Amino acid sequence: MLSDPAADAPDLAQVEATAPQPPVAPILPLDVNGLGLDLPGRAGVLADITFTLEGGGICVVLGPNGAGKTLLLKLCHGLVRPTRGSLRWSSGQGRNGVLRQQSMVLQRPVLLRRSVQENIDYALRLRGVDTVERPRRVDEALVLARLDHVARRPARALSGGEQQRVALARAWATRPEVLFLDEPSTHLDPVAARAVEEMITGICARGTTIVMTTHDLAQARRLADRILFLHRGRLLEQQAAGAFFAHPQCPEARAFLRGELLG
Amino acid sequence: MGEISDSLGLALQLIMALDADLREIVLRSLGVSCAAVLLASAIALPLGAALAVSRFPGHRAVVILLNALMGLPPVVVGLVVYLLLSRVGPLGDWGLLFTPTAMVIAQTILVTPIICALTRQSVEYLWGEYSEQLRSLGAGRVSIVLTLLWEGRFSLLTAILAGFGRAVAEVGAVLIVGGNIAHHTRVMTTTIALETARGDLQLALALGIVLICVVLAINAGAFMTREYAQRSGS
Repeated sequence: MLSDPAADAPDLAQVEATAPQPPVAPILPLDVNGLGLDLPGRAGVLADITFTLEGGGICVVLGPNGAGKTLLLKLCHGLVRPTRGSLRWSSGQGRNGVLRQQSMVLQRPVLLRRSVQENIDYALRLRGVDTVERPRRVDEALVLARLDHVARRPARALSGGEQQRVALARAWATRPEVLFLDEPSTHLDPVAARAVEEMITGICARGTTIVMTTHDLAQARRLADRILFLHRGRLLEQQAAGAFFAHPQCPEARAFLRGELLG
Repeated sequence: MGEISDSLGLALQLIMALDADLREIVLRSLGVSCAAVLLASAIALPLGAALAVSRFPGHRAVVILLNALMGLPPVVVGLVVYLLLSRVGPLGDWGLLFTPTAMVIAQTILVTPIICALTRQSVEYLWGEYSEQLRSLGAGRVSIVLTLLWEGRFSLLTAILAGFGRAVAEVGAVLIVGGNIAHHTRVMTTTIALETARGDLQLALALGIVLICVVLAINAGAFMTREYAQRSGS
């Protein structure tokens, strides 16, 4: 069933983030220096990763399956602790303070067994958003996700694309400065994937910096402002998206762009 | 054969007529077991959930012990509570032996490990699915436990009903600490045991039929809860 009637949905640009941003120090840029990760039995899953994440735009972590993209995201988000190297957010806040200004949508969105709007409200309650502000944020997120018509339905009864949009709406409702997305449209059909991509650009346009993984070249071309090319746990190339697609520097990236299988 | 069918007929008449003695015994039985299950749930749900999401040295041993306690023999629980509450026991001053309260205590001890172990099982399963998401959302320990209990509400209801089935059907513990005193501590199972021994089969049979109906209703309730949960996608 196609439940994403893009034709009669409201224009995303009309949905404004009216909520005032609390005056907090920005956590970007993020300095990642010599980051490495060993897993039990698998040393060097990620090795010697160094980059700086500036605010704004969509940064795509590109690479074949098994390159370590998901783990890199989880490390940045704070779900996994690095074995080596450092992650330094610009603000001097502790780990909890930083966590409050970023969100992550996992590859398989985990929605709670309750209604769509309660799922979003739940995240806001955890972030300590007050009772006056919460319903407004929930409504804004529902409109951005084009899910206002299913607000009271059990979230887990929705289609895959709708569930992914609930997860995105829940993440955006907390007004993160950085939003990490792990393969946000991998399991979706093209129509549902397009709705998710529109939502991602909509969230980015409202001032949230997006860091997302994908192994889908076409999606990277459509969305990316910046590319981090990852292969076998190494960061082989980092460039502006236009330059990367026009003149990839390393042979692995050239092969990847030609659609060759990377072993 | 004729005597049994006569007794069965009389038993059905007792049930149809809502016989006063029968009603009193059934209501006390349900009251004692409900109170025990409520108390046990208040202890076992948070404890089971906390056990599911925490790891500490000896965690495995605690889980094994908890699973073993599910099979506590009711007579042994009865004996221990009897010793605690008897006049010479440490809690003898409370004067609770041979009261419904003593029966509630005994059944609570019997049922708590069951609900706790089943809670730990289903919450641990949920935790596997939810842990990254909840940590990402920034949930603290208390809200993690509360969230998982609510997320697992349908399977936890099944656990609670299993506990109730065990409580309402056991005879050993309530017989020892209650004493089967008429109009005071007599419940379905103890009455069945006593009346059968005395050869008064009709009240025993009537209570047996009610007891089976109660257990059937509980299982039907558990089954339909699961069905509803699956159907509604929650």
